[in-house]
Amino acid sequence: MAKIKFTLNNKVVEIEESPTARLLDILRDKYDFVGVKEGCGEGECGACAVLINDKIVNSCIVPLGTVEGKSIVTIEGFSKTKRHEVLRESFEEEGAVQCGFCTPGMLIASESLLNTNPHPTDEEIKIGLSGNLCRCTGYNMIIKAVKSASKKGDGLW
Amino acid sequence: MKNLIPKTYAEALEMLNNDNLRILAGGTDLMIQNRSWSNMLPDFKTGTILIFNLEELKYMVQEEHFLHIGSGMTLEDIKDNELTPKLLVDALKIMASPAIRNMATIGGNIGNASPAGDSLPVLYVLNALVVLESVEAMRDVPIHDFIIGPGKKTIKQNEIIKEIKIPTNNLTIVKFDKIGGRKADAISKISFAGAAHVKNNIIQDFRVAFGAVGPTVVRKYDLESHLVGLTLDDVSLNIKEILSEYGKYIRPIDDQRSNKEYRKEVALNLLESFILSL
Repeated sequence: MAKIKFTLNNKVVEIEESPTARLLDILRDKYDFVGVKEGCGEGECGACAVLINDKIVNSCIVPLGTVEGKSIVTIEGFSKTKRHEVLRESFEEEGAVQCGFCTPGMLIASESLLNTNPHPTDEEIKIGLSGNLCRCTGYNMIIKAVKSASKKGDGLW
Repeated sequence: MKNLIPKTYAEALEMLNNDNLRILAGGTDLMIQNRSWSNMLPDFKTGTILIFNLEELKYMVQEEHFLHIGSGMTLEDIKDNELTPKLLVDALKIMASPAIRNMATIGGNIGNASPAGDSLPVLYVLNALVVLESVEAMRDVPIHDFIIGPGKKTIKQNEIIKEIKIPTNNLTIVKFDKIGGRKADAISKISFAGAAHVKNNIIQDFRVAFGAVGPTVVRKYDLESHLVGLTLDDVSLNIKEILSEYGKYIRPIDDQRSNKEYRKEVALNLLESFILSL
């Protein structure tokens, strides 16, 4: 057990847990952020994606001990931003959401991509979202949605 | 079970000297290999030492004879660093996914010693040295001596991979390729790294390495030396013999990702296309 202190959705928190605990379990069960989903549990599907210091990671394989001093943003925290609003509207308009299980991860991946590249090409969007699986949409609508958000949200990223 | 988080690199070396600990960096391999059920702790069998946040292992420095890459550098940071050789950038770009690359470290990819580790054929071709340190000493080990089998490496219990050293070279032609079931996040069926230098139509330097076609990366120094000094026309004329020589050493296995016939044929096709592109 160790005391781990970090920022979670803009709030400083401290927890005493094993450093090898999966960040995903801590977020869902200790902090009730259940927008973070468990899909494959082995880093291949992206449903558990969160941001650590503005960069996407798969929380199902992040050891809790590595987040000491870092800033974590889950979909719940991100949903309070203007950038999320723009992305959400674009996803809705383009029909990029069907069952919705992958959507929190897709939005986190889109945010991470747009943070480093505010105007990505289709190819760059495909690479940016390459670690996120969606079994409903076939991806085209998601790619369109990210493209449309990057236009509409010009200046936000 | 001890799970320790050192504050400094010196403290990490002490901890490793005092206990039998598994070194855990970004966790992208080890958290999966040791995972239990949802909402349960991974089962590491031994204690662990979490080194991901050691700033002292996150650096890249070019010195006169070597590029030094700290073992704690993530794949994404190395990919985006202007000092990184093009061949390594090309491999990192198509390795895993952005989320994995943000956590996976170069030290971890080497330490995991997977036959299919995508950075490995590149590091073999670049003659990389693995720098190991313990409280007692520091030593350099060529990567092909460091990795001795799937998951097996010559590292002592109290040692840590401190950095990777890449010797300066004048390789002007480089190529990385991999074949996988999906573009992102796929464990390679075959990976290939090639590098060469050609001057006045004569091969000055030639190096190729194959991943996922044997227990460790395959690089044949003697076959490479036969090609040095030949003209490009010579190698084109003798391409069949060169491929058949390499074919003797490419002995892949059947597994859930691919089969041995496919792997061998594609590995040789990649070699052929690299040689003919020189």
